[in-house]
Amino acid sequence: MQYPVALQTNALTSAPASPEPSTPISDNEPKVIKITNCKILRDRKIVEHDALWIQGGKIIDPHKFFWYQKRLPDTVLDAGGLLVVPGFIEAQINGAFGVDFSVPSDHDTYEKDLLKVNRGLLKYGTTSYCPTIVSSSAAVYHKVLSHLKPRAGSAATGATMLGAHVEGPFINEARIGAHELKVLQASAKNGYSDFKDVYGLEGETPEAQSKLSHENLNSVKIITCAPELEGIMESIPDLVKAGITVSVGHSMANISQAEQAVQNGATFITHLFNAMPQFHHRDPGVIGLLGSRFDLPRPYYGLICDGIHVHPNSVKIAYDSHPEGVILVTDAMSAMGLSPGNYQLGNMNVTKEEDRVYIEGTDTLAGSVITLDACIRNFIQFTSCTLIEALEAVTLHPAVLLGIQDTKGVIKPGADADLVFLDDDLFVKRVFVAGEEVELDSIDVEVTEKF
Amino acid sequence: MRLVIRKDFEAVSYHVAKYVKERIKEFAPTASKPFVLGLPTGSSPVGVYRNLVKFHQAGELSFQHIITFNMDEYVGLPRDHPESYHSFMWSNLFKHVDILPENVHILDGNATDLDLECQRYEEKIAAVGGIELFLGGIGPDGHIAFNEPGSSLNSRTRVKTLAYDTIVANARFFDNDITKVPNLALTVGVATVMDAREVCIIITGAHKALALAKCIEEGVNHMWTVSAIQLHPRGMVVCDEDATLELHVKTVNYFKSIEKVHEQLIGSDNVGLQGGVRSWRGGAESTYHQ
Repeated sequence: MQYPVALQTNALTSAPASPEPSTPISDNEPKVIKITNCKILRDRKIVEHDALWIQGGKIIDPHKFFWYQKRLPDTVLDAGGLLVVPGFIEAQINGAFGVDFSVPSDHDTYEKDLLKVNRGLLKYGTTSYCPTIVSSSAAVYHKVLSHLKPRAGSAATGATMLGAHVEGPFINEARIGAHELKVLQASAKNGYSDFKDVYGLEGETPEAQSKLSHENLNSVKIITCAPELEGIMESIPDLVKAGITVSVGHSMANISQAEQAVQNGATFITHLFNAMPQFHHRDPGVIGLLGSRFDLPRPYYGLICDGIHVHPNSVKIAYDSHPEGVILVTDAMSAMGLSPGNYQLGNMNVTKEEDRVYIEGTDTLAGSVITLDACIRNFIQFTSCTLIEALEAVTLHPAVLLGIQDTKGVIKPGADADLVFLDDDLFVKRVFVAGEEVELDSIDVEVTEKF
Repeated sequence: MRLVIRKDFEAVSYHVAKYVKERIKEFAPTASKPFVLGLPTGSSPVGVYRNLVKFHQAGELSFQHIITFNMDEYVGLPRDHPESYHSFMWSNLFKHVDILPENVHILDGNATDLDLECQRYEEKIAAVGGIELFLGGIGPDGHIAFNEPGSSLNSRTRVKTLAYDTIVANARFFDNDITKVPNLALTVGVATVMDAREVCIIITGAHKALALAKCIEEGVNHMWTVSAIQLHPRGMVVCDEDATLELHVKTVNYFKSIEKVHEQLIGSDNVGLQGGVRSWRGGAESTYHQ
């Protein structure tokens, strides 16, 4: 029997019954990559033996692609059975690889440093983040924030910047932490305009700022403040209206003040347990928000999961009481990512060890140097939570907090193809940013030691 | 007709998948001589597809030169609906293998002219030289594709109203709400299936035992449409032990003995894939010659 080469549609005797809802393929149609032989975290499940399609930097629905366009992928990539998860999102990181976001420098140096961090963070699977600025003077804010407007990432330029997390200066001096006392603002009597002046927000009104936020022209994404200070509580609705995520932190708020802040629109707690009063059963303070009644939405909370800043048992207590709210943060300082050794960072001499950093010659911790991938591994070890829960604490949760869950922190059609490939021990093996694979080995972040 | 009995669903799925693989290998399809495969949806073939995907991933089976035709599709259900048969085929088979999109055919239940769509489908099958091997499942009422009891055994591809039993059975895929189940479908006819050069039906589970008995132990009957397989020169039914519950012991033993004879006296390597015996090597040892 003779078989024709393929379907000889022109040999059919009848006209098509209905036009195929096909999309014609233009010549410059972006290439399609199929990632096969992988496990995928999607829809809050880990799907085995699955595949993933990417086009033009986005995850696409291959179903439509196959049926409507009748296309095959241009490239098929074998993931070797690795687990593919959305790129990690970091809500609080002060610097890394010797760079401190809060230290202004000339334009080119700052940009060069920023590029180093943006690229370097990819090594740990962080594909988008909020560079965090400690309490500073208005002059410093105006200078550094001009560099920190949201910008999309790429394999060449590194992680996506989501806008800055400004930690302070509207914080309680009784919970000052490592911030500088003289730059703190004791109140915001004039509401939004005080915030605008200190940070140099471009939007004259909350509405104007909101418009900028929608266009990704806002430099400030998260504000950590203490709601008990004069004028702050009343300002929260305006800040929220401006498209800013309000976080309670460095605060002495009692439980009713803390709940009022949530009522007013605060959705996040900055590094839970740190820089706030200890848990007291009669007035649980900010920590008490994890036990809020059902008529009040419980906020997300950041947890520094290095095993030092928060004891593993405290991590477990927080997770057990509010598992859907946890967001793992590193709160890392500039020594993160450096090889062990002695460094001069700004005006501070430090000794970096593998997982901690000291003021040189002392046993005083100079901050956190944990990486985000290590936070995930620690979190599973501390809480015995499921892999999915741990991964969501650096993907879905921060994405929802920041209102970017349509494009980040998820693997679904239309989302950005920011992907992390993890081995069974949850170490980062491969990274994609906007659909492009990053050459992790070629990322150079070394800083020369002091000697 | 051959009846192959295996222990359970897993063993049936593996047997059928391996059979499909071997048939394709023997056929040695090329671009100019593709292998045309008819495919079912539903619970019966899921295990077969899983095994075919495994074969593909192990490099033992390519779909490069395979053309497929599916049996049926709901009318009016969006192609992207998770319960559409497009979605089913995509998630269970096509997305895992190297099949070419243009070689895949599923009836379009959203066509503006449904009759024309059905007519075209038959023409497309004819244009590629007919179907080499049609895989099928079976409903508890003995239907093949959506050819419900009472369907003509000479039926071709057409629009079909679903039987109430089928709607109730399928409600589990539509939030257990029978009002959400489409009540119309496009389906190949019984004759479309029987036109294939070979037909292989998968029947598993105790709930299909009566259907199996009706289809192979009683007469050809439009109330049990799979019974048409009795008239097919190359028909094979692969079932599990549970599905044989309503068969006569005699029937079961007969079909089991065929396999036994093949293995013990002839040697499985001497039996063609479709059951043909290449040569009788037991001849020399037979008592007649001593």
